[in-house]
Amino acid sequence: MRKTFSLVFALLMILMLVLPGQVQSSDLKVGVVFSIGGLGDESFNDAAYRGMQKAVEDFDIVFDYVEPDEIAEMEDHQRAFVEAGYDLVIAIGFLQESGVEAVAMDYPDARLAIVDSVVDMPNVASLIFKEHEGSFLVGALAAMMTESDTVGFVGGMEVPVIHNFQTGYEQGVEYVRPQVRVLISYAGDFGDPGRGKELAISQYARGADIIYHASGGTGMGVFEAAQENDFFAIGVDSDQDHLAPGYILTSMLKRVDVAVYNIVADLVEGQFQGGVHEFGVADGGVGVTEFTYTKDLIPQEVIDRLEEIKQRIIDGTIEVESVHD
Amino acid sequence: MWEYITFFFNATILAAALRMATPLIFTSMGGIFSERSGVINIGLEGMMLTGAFMGMMVSHYTGSPWVGLLGALVSGAIMGLIHAVASIQYKANQVVSGTAINIFAVGFTVFMLRTIFNVAGTSPPVPSIGNVSIPIIVDIPVIGQIIGRQNPMVYMALILVVVVHIFLFRTDWGLRLRSVGEHPKAADTVGINVFLTRYMAVIMSGALAGLGGAYLSIAHLSRFGDGMTAGRGFIALAAMIFGKWTPFGALGASLLFGFADAVQMSMQELGIPRHFVQMTPYILTMVALAGFIGRATPPKAIGKPYEKE
Repeated sequence: MRKTFSLVFALLMILMLVLPGQVQSSDLKVGVVFSIGGLGDESFNDAAYRGMQKAVEDFDIVFDYVEPDEIAEMEDHQRAFVEAGYDLVIAIGFLQESGVEAVAMDYPDARLAIVDSVVDMPNVASLIFKEHEGSFLVGALAAMMTESDTVGFVGGMEVPVIHNFQTGYEQGVEYVRPQVRVLISYAGDFGDPGRGKELAISQYARGADIIYHASGGTGMGVFEAAQENDFFAIGVDSDQDHLAPGYILTSMLKRVDVAVYNIVADLVEGQFQGGVHEFGVADGGVGVTEFTYTKDLIPQEVIDRLEEIKQRIIDGTIEVESVHD
Repeated sequence: MWEYITFFFNATILAAALRMATPLIFTSMGGIFSERSGVINIGLEGMMLTGAFMGMMVSHYTGSPWVGLLGALVSGAIMGLIHAVASIQYKANQVVSGTAINIFAVGFTVFMLRTIFNVAGTSPPVPSIGNVSIPIIVDIPVIGQIIGRQNPMVYMALILVVVVHIFLFRTDWGLRLRSVGEHPKAADTVGINVFLTRYMAVIMSGALAGLGGAYLSIAHLSRFGDGMTAGRGFIALAAMIFGKWTPFGALGASLLFGFADAVQMSMQELGIPRHFVQMTPYILTMVALAGFIGRATPPKAIGKPYEKE
């Protein structure tokens, strides 16, 4: 009796594994494993979701996603998508790196993509951003807008990727007006807005009137300091301009939506390729916001000059150095 | 030389030090209540975080940060009650119970933030307690810049220290509280209700930690962020030990930690390696814990559940 039961159960399990693959349509299937925080984070995950929605509109694809609660779950979710026959599995965020690596190794025929991290496997597309180029643009803007010839940078933790934001910013400032001083502070934490606020106040007290942050949740404190003391902050990753309207000059955008959309487009056109895909100013992968709340505060010639600098980065006249080179 | 002195002891840094010390003061006062009654409270961090969240939420729904403060106080007290039930009623290991509260608070606040506000990471801005100027004092040079214009909660913290000191060392209640932490059996023999006294102390402890957390979310800032207490509950615990379980000692330690923090923020420019500078508050804590500032004698009955015979 027990044997029969296990046999039936095992058969059912096999059926469940095979069935999704048999409900055939010509549509390609894309599975997305989000990062911690899930949808509603107004950052990475939401941006990836926007990119997928656009892809669903433009192409005949089926799109499914999961929101893991823990890092440990991520690999299982990736694996589940691959085993269910999904044509492309996109993992959002560097936390999924080891998972993607293991899954790519076990399933050499599967196609995977990871955002914000590099996995050196032939069947994995690593989608990374030239943060230094975007930071160069906001640095140039800050240098043009400062009235005290002092601007600030507040970083989260001292890790290479944040250094990349910092050096890009410094180069941007230097390019426009070398006499502008850049104050650098690190909070040592991505989730301590109290410290972020004090760091910003400290920089403001030393003359900084525009402060760029690349510090996750710590940056909320930078925004509050800007609002309270009437100076400008610059947001990061996603469009944060609405978080303190009129006090956030602009945000340096990492267009995860563009990256995700492009890799799906590649898949649809049969052009999917593993390896590193870098998104920079030229392909719209990084950039600045539309100045929704600060349009009237920024002179037209500054906006024109910024556009000109952007063009120079695109045509290669300006080469922004990265800490990774 | 004078340059160095003015570099460290200028009004900007000292005002920042006071702001950074405030949550530590509230929470370390809470720690004193609990530990003086004989109950270790490692859950201060979680109680702060809960207070920070509930303060934000109540302020959001009522529109009044002062009512929010009350919400933080009550939610902190409830967390204290949970710790009390586990460690006094059921005689659970106090460190384990406190750790459980810390872990619970992280999950609880993240979950609630997502469920109620449908956001991850940071809450929308809520009404917060603004800074006030104290007439006359604000016009005094330097001193006015430091304490003349601060958040009302900064002044509340300073007053609280005096109140806790008087309570502990000048009232019968304070004497009873201390006696159950030193020698519960003797206290029991003379008719002091050990359980009740410890319950009240631990609940009070949570309430004050809740206020410490609310300072971050609705006074210093005006929104809640995941894990925004960032270890301040543990620093407060260290301040309490550094201060030898006395209110003024803990105040001094909190101010020292706040000062170290404020100095490291402006020192980052000096070319001293940032990692090293960022360590300063923690090194001070280690020094304190290692007993370099003279023996810190904890209450004798600390950590031991009381068994009535």
